[in-house]
Amino acid sequence: MIAARGITKRFGDFVALEDVTIEIPDGSLTALLGPSGSGKSTLLRIIAGLEMPDSGAVEIHGSDQTSVPPQRREIGFVFQHYAAFKHMTVRDNVAFGLKIRKQPKERIDERVDELLEIVGLAGYQKRYPNQLSGGQRQRMALARALAVEPRVLLLDEPFGALDAKVRADLREWLRRLHDEVHVTTILVTHDQEEAMSIADFIAVMDHGRIEQVGAPRELYDRPANRFVMGFLGPISELGGQLVRPHDIVLDLEPTPGAHEAQITRIVHLGFEVRVELALPGRDGVFAQLTRDEAQQLEVSEGDIVWLRATSAPVEASEPA
Amino acid sequence: MTVSRPWQLTMRVLALAWLLALLLVPVALIFYRTFEPGIGAVWDSITTPAAISAFWLTIEVSAIAVAVNTVLGVVMALALARGRWRGKWLMDTLIDLPFAISPVVVGLSLILVYGTTGWFGRDLADAGIQVIFSTPGIVLATVFVTLPFVVREVTPVLREVGDDQEQAAATLGASGWQTFWRITLPSIRWGIAYGVVLTTARAIGEFGAVSVVSGKVSGETETLTLLVEKRFANFDLAGAYAASALLAAIALLTLLVMTTFNRRREEA
Repeated sequence: MIAARGITKRFGDFVALEDVTIEIPDGSLTALLGPSGSGKSTLLRIIAGLEMPDSGAVEIHGSDQTSVPPQRREIGFVFQHYAAFKHMTVRDNVAFGLKIRKQPKERIDERVDELLEIVGLAGYQKRYPNQLSGGQRQRMALARALAVEPRVLLLDEPFGALDAKVRADLREWLRRLHDEVHVTTILVTHDQEEAMSIADFIAVMDHGRIEQVGAPRELYDRPANRFVMGFLGPISELGGQLVRPHDIVLDLEPTPGAHEAQITRIVHLGFEVRVELALPGRDGVFAQLTRDEAQQLEVSEGDIVWLRATSAPVEASEPA
Repeated sequence: MTVSRPWQLTMRVLALAWLLALLLVPVALIFYRTFEPGIGAVWDSITTPAAISAFWLTIEVSAIAVAVNTVLGVVMALALARGRWRGKWLMDTLIDLPFAISPVVVGLSLILVYGTTGWFGRDLADAGIQVIFSTPGIVLATVFVTLPFVVREVTPVLREVGDDQEQAAATLGASGWQTFWRITLPSIRWGIAYGVVLTTARAIGEFGAVSVVSGKVSGETETLTLLVEKRFANFDLAGAYAASALLAAIALLTLLVMTTFNRRREEA
């Protein structure tokens, strides 16, 4: 288990982390999810030993690592901008950690070839980083981090600098790689879709605190507060309560407890149909229907409908 | 900005004429005057014991100054680009001091500190070390005036490269020393090379500060620039031209190396 306990970190007057505690189960892929400035990267860098916390402790497999330098933490770290060693070939990049550990040459060559095979860069041994695409560079950086068989793999916005298509491919690939290699992994991201699609657990962070930790579905269905709910998906407010737009049912007749609303706009997004609604004193409410539901309902802009929520909503009055 | 064709040509001609009048003509004239009396006379003039001694002293002093300022320059550049400490701005300002102060003033201040009546002069003299009017003084003066070049070339390179690669090396188990040799040094090597060439050029050509502290003892503390000045003052014009040509030849060689390095640096 990787644990950070009571971590506080300030940069001048700015409080980056305030009394943060998190435990990460062995073999899991955990995402630290939050907006920029929420402290997620700082927490990752503290776990890596690249930053020192002002107070608190870092534990890896039960031993206190707080004052251990990054060199001896047995971690693998992947940076957003790859941090490729520009003057070295792909082979030398991946071999770096093994050469530092003075492994025999045959063993290094064997391991490098094996890793490049795993990350899909076999045959690129003699290339230099500037001859690779962004996605290839990041896969090389992953191979380099994995070469030393780290106890924990730390990824700091690893796909943040890549375009959307490559990013989506790489995150699926990362999940498959994780299932093969099984190294405990912590991923920092601000992209909720990325976190939801590959993480076993998500820790949602805001303003230097962890708001909630749990499995993606648990967080989505039972968010602890408005911030978590809003960060994981869209929300609509209905009679002082927060609901997911796809949990709103539209009726043409009044039903007990339903809210009257007028349809202001209907947007067809393929499978999903987005119905924008005007309620008395409330803007920005919309419902998500499937294409079939919308067709059966036969409503158009300007119609009056009655809204109710189908699943347990969260109280809007709760402080975020 | 778009400029019409005739204007472009005019500006080019003006720029070239300016360079020609200011640089090329004088340098070319020196070479012309040098070889006017014939190659044999030139050879004789630059192989006198005084000239040979001056040549080797210049090389020796430059080599020491370059070595010292390269090592210290990289250390200072690392402190400026990577360090987080109070008073960094002060060091940043002080490094430019040799550019701001006239070399003659540098020479005088060295005499004030190391001369026989200076702060350390007597103690050093008692220990049998003579700084002023001796090689150590010339080296000190040259080191001082050439101090900024390596720092000023390497610091921006370090900033641009960033510390991502160094941090990656640390997470892969490399010690600070290993990271410096395997990661930092290779990524700043062209910056260092360029700084070294600039330092060399300036060290070889230094006159003001060296002139004050050297004592100008022929065959002992006389550098090439001092030899040129002495011969010129003694109406030995042919000899002055020959020594100048030697200096100019070294300078041209450095310029050539510099251009090559600069191209490599821009490609890297």
